[in-house]
Amino acid sequence: MNNAIDFMKLRFGAMALSLLLLVVSIGSLATQGLSLGLDFTGGTLLEVEYSKPPVLAEIMDTLENAGYEDVTVQNFGSETDILVRMSEAFRDNLGNEVLKALQEDSAENEIELKRSEFVGANVGEELRDEGGLALLLALFVVMIYVAARFQFKFSVGAVAALFHDVVIILGLFSLFQWDFDLTVLAALLAVIGYSLNDTIVVADRIRENFRIMRRGDSIEVINESLNQTLGRTIMTSLTTAVVLGALLVVGGELIHNFALALMVGVVVGTYSSIYVAATILLLMKISREDLMPPEEEEEVDDRP
Amino acid sequence: MLNKYPLWKNLLILFVLVWAAIYASPNLYPPDPAIQVTPAQSGAEMSPKVVDQILSVLKGRDIDVLATEAEGSTSLFRLTASDDQLTAKDAVQKALGDNYVVALNLAPTTPDWLLSLGAGPMTLGLDLSGGVHFLMEVDMAKYLEGRIENYRQELRTRLREENIKYRRIRVDGNSVRMSFLDEALRSNADSFLRREYPEFLRKEEKQDNYFDLILTVNEQKIREFEDYALKQNLTTIRNRVNELGVAEPLVQRQGRNRIVVELPGVQDTAAAKKILGKAANLEFRLEATPGANRYTTEEYAFRSDEFRTARLEKAIITTGDSVTNAQPSFDENGFPQVNIDLDSKGGASITRVTKKAVKRRMAVLFVESKPKTTTEIVDGVEVDKVVHIEEKSIISLATIQSVLGSSFRITGLESAEASELALLLRAGALAAPMYFVEERTVGPSLGKENIEMGVNSVILGLAMVLVVMVVFYRLFGLVANVALMANLVILIALMSLVGATLTLPGIAGIVLTVGMAVDANVLIFARIREELANGRSPQQAIHEGYDRAFVTILDANLTTLIVAVILFAVGTGPVKGFAVTLSFGILTSMFTAIMLTRALINLIYGGRRIESLSIGGKA
Repeated sequence: MNNAIDFMKLRFGAMALSLLLLVVSIGSLATQGLSLGLDFTGGTLLEVEYSKPPVLAEIMDTLENAGYEDVTVQNFGSETDILVRMSEAFRDNLGNEVLKALQEDSAENEIELKRSEFVGANVGEELRDEGGLALLLALFVVMIYVAARFQFKFSVGAVAALFHDVVIILGLFSLFQWDFDLTVLAALLAVIGYSLNDTIVVADRIRENFRIMRRGDSIEVINESLNQTLGRTIMTSLTTAVVLGALLVVGGELIHNFALALMVGVVVGTYSSIYVAATILLLMKISREDLMPPEEEEEVDDRP
Repeated sequence: MLNKYPLWKNLLILFVLVWAAIYASPNLYPPDPAIQVTPAQSGAEMSPKVVDQILSVLKGRDIDVLATEAEGSTSLFRLTASDDQLTAKDAVQKALGDNYVVALNLAPTTPDWLLSLGAGPMTLGLDLSGGVHFLMEVDMAKYLEGRIENYRQELRTRLREENIKYRRIRVDGNSVRMSFLDEALRSNADSFLRREYPEFLRKEEKQDNYFDLILTVNEQKIREFEDYALKQNLTTIRNRVNELGVAEPLVQRQGRNRIVVELPGVQDTAAAKKILGKAANLEFRLEATPGANRYTTEEYAFRSDEFRTARLEKAIITTGDSVTNAQPSFDENGFPQVNIDLDSKGGASITRVTKKAVKRRMAVLFVESKPKTTTEIVDGVEVDKVVHIEEKSIISLATIQSVLGSSFRITGLESAEASELALLLRAGALAAPMYFVEERTVGPSLGKENIEMGVNSVILGLAMVLVVMVVFYRLFGLVANVALMANLVILIALMSLVGATLTLPGIAGIVLTVGMAVDANVLIFARIREELANGRSPQQAIHEGYDRAFVTILDANLTTLIVAVILFAVGTGPVKGFAVTLSFGILTSMFTAIMLTRALINLIYGGRRIESLSIGGKA
């Protein structure tokens, strides 16, 4: 094809970029870790709505003076919506106590408790373990499926791509200290599904082309395959990004980080199925012989 | 290449679409805001008088009532405006007092003909309906401790009956340690235990001139104990939740030692927790005889009057786990009483003890476990520590009139006292203490906002995808759009039918499905374009395009499905909701994107000579 893009020519630059992103991600994860949400840390969270925008610092002072520890106060979605987090263990009346303390300090500013959450420390710890386990399990099962359905080298490429995506999303969440809660974990697993989808479509084409293109070396075959699937890759990423954009804009604060993680995942996932999965195939010296269907032994009819 | 579907395939697709439309339709009928009133005492009926009283209270507040329904002992009052719901609840609760439980409810308005087909709307998760969510943990360590202590007492009697002389039997951590004077006695006991108690792991040890036998319960039996405790607690919690009178509560086991409770429409967490969290157990004990040894007795206050006390023996006859039922009723003279049923083990020990104790008094001790936060210094830093403190109080002290069996009654009570005592006795039937480890409340306004935002993002996302598809793929894009809408309808129908719960992440899953469902069509259309570019005729291109894309679509979707299933298996709550919609979405999109679009394309282009396809792109 004349108008083909030589994806593989850029593979060394892409490898450098991926490595850089991975190093930054792992570095950030190692030094400052994730800003884990209530689901994973345990503690108490209250969402309060004011009728007029309050001053966050004042709320903070009020709560600290009232003797609550490790208090964080932030806006949640709108100026009047306030999220209060504290390490205080939950008591039956904690919600009302806090509400009362806040109301006393802002007499003319009406407040309403919208939601309260309390998670025990043990539960959070377990969720953390289970989440990590789920991620590993997903990667492992996928590897087996791809190895069985395609070929071992493809499964290494696919899992490397998934690993790449997951680490970079985690890295971004760590770098910008976005709240990592249970929904983000779900998004992470959905990204695995999405990115895999992409990788498999590309892999499918590479396999097909190795079988039908009699000429051309591995680089040419992979380039051709990437070009053939490019239209579809862009379209699908576009439609998915469009709906995620809708979620980000009108979906509300509760699933904002969920949509954010998916959005990053779609971008990184698309990139990784081109560069990570395909590059690894080249590194592992994928060849035509790897993909030829095993020749069927001819049945010898030795009956008289 | 004619590209025609056989009639049966077209009919099948049509059938699926009609079926989906029917089962998805209940979701179009908006539910009525309603309040639900249940008598606090289980088994009691709602009298027409009370219904009239509620109606007049509502009328006095200018709240319009749409309809009144009665189901069993529960009455449902449908209101016209959702703004009235909270006011109505408060007003009715105030008027009726504590004898009735008033809860918020959203009453479905599914028409009868749909109900008769088994159709109904999707259940909304707590984040959409508002309500409380609790996660409770069963304290297995405490429970097992109790079991070990039980073993110790049981072994004492059994060995005595078998005439095997022991020096002493003690509880030593998680095991029972028996000491014998010589080896022969120990081997006697050993063979007896091997025969009668296969659940023990036995270990021999020589200590302080005694021949010891250390018994630990094996893993399998511990699992059995845990299972029993959890099941028993689950039943008790279910009963208590029913006493709360909540519409569609959810009480479910989670993992090895936890129970999830979700109460939609409930706002008053304190009241709910009071009933659920009565981490209570019971102890039946004899009152001490006057002048009894102070070391074998203890003094406790009464629950109803903390200044009144009684001295009880330390020995426990039986505990709350053997209470299988307790109901208030009236005796032959019309006086209130409480009937108590015990399991066979509890019955046997109460018979044994009461044989020698007729005319003495027996007390029922109510044991509550309450969390208390204290600080302690660890490495110079103050750390909060939650300890659970046991509080015991007497709820009944009655004279034993005759030898008691597994079924007996407590008389001489006042009517209110009897129902309270029965409630406490049943509440005490928790096999093991439980603690709240997670609690979430969602206000009704937030739930409504979440629904609104969810629906908005589905509509916005869908609209944009529809536009993108038509711009890029023209007529084919339009066909894909029809398939996408059908996909949504089938997805909703499936979820309504299996009774899946819709949560906010679940809606996000639907949105994501919308974005990804067109993927299959994009794959097919891209293939068709390619085939056209390679010089195939339009009919051949359609056929080849669908054919070749199929394997890819299958592979891609299957892998995503695997991930969704893992998500479902390990996830809880909202994450599970997301996994459910994602998996259903993958399945339905395979059907609509492949079968339905093919049928439509065949109807449009099939069976005739055509020169070009309206599929956009270079071709």
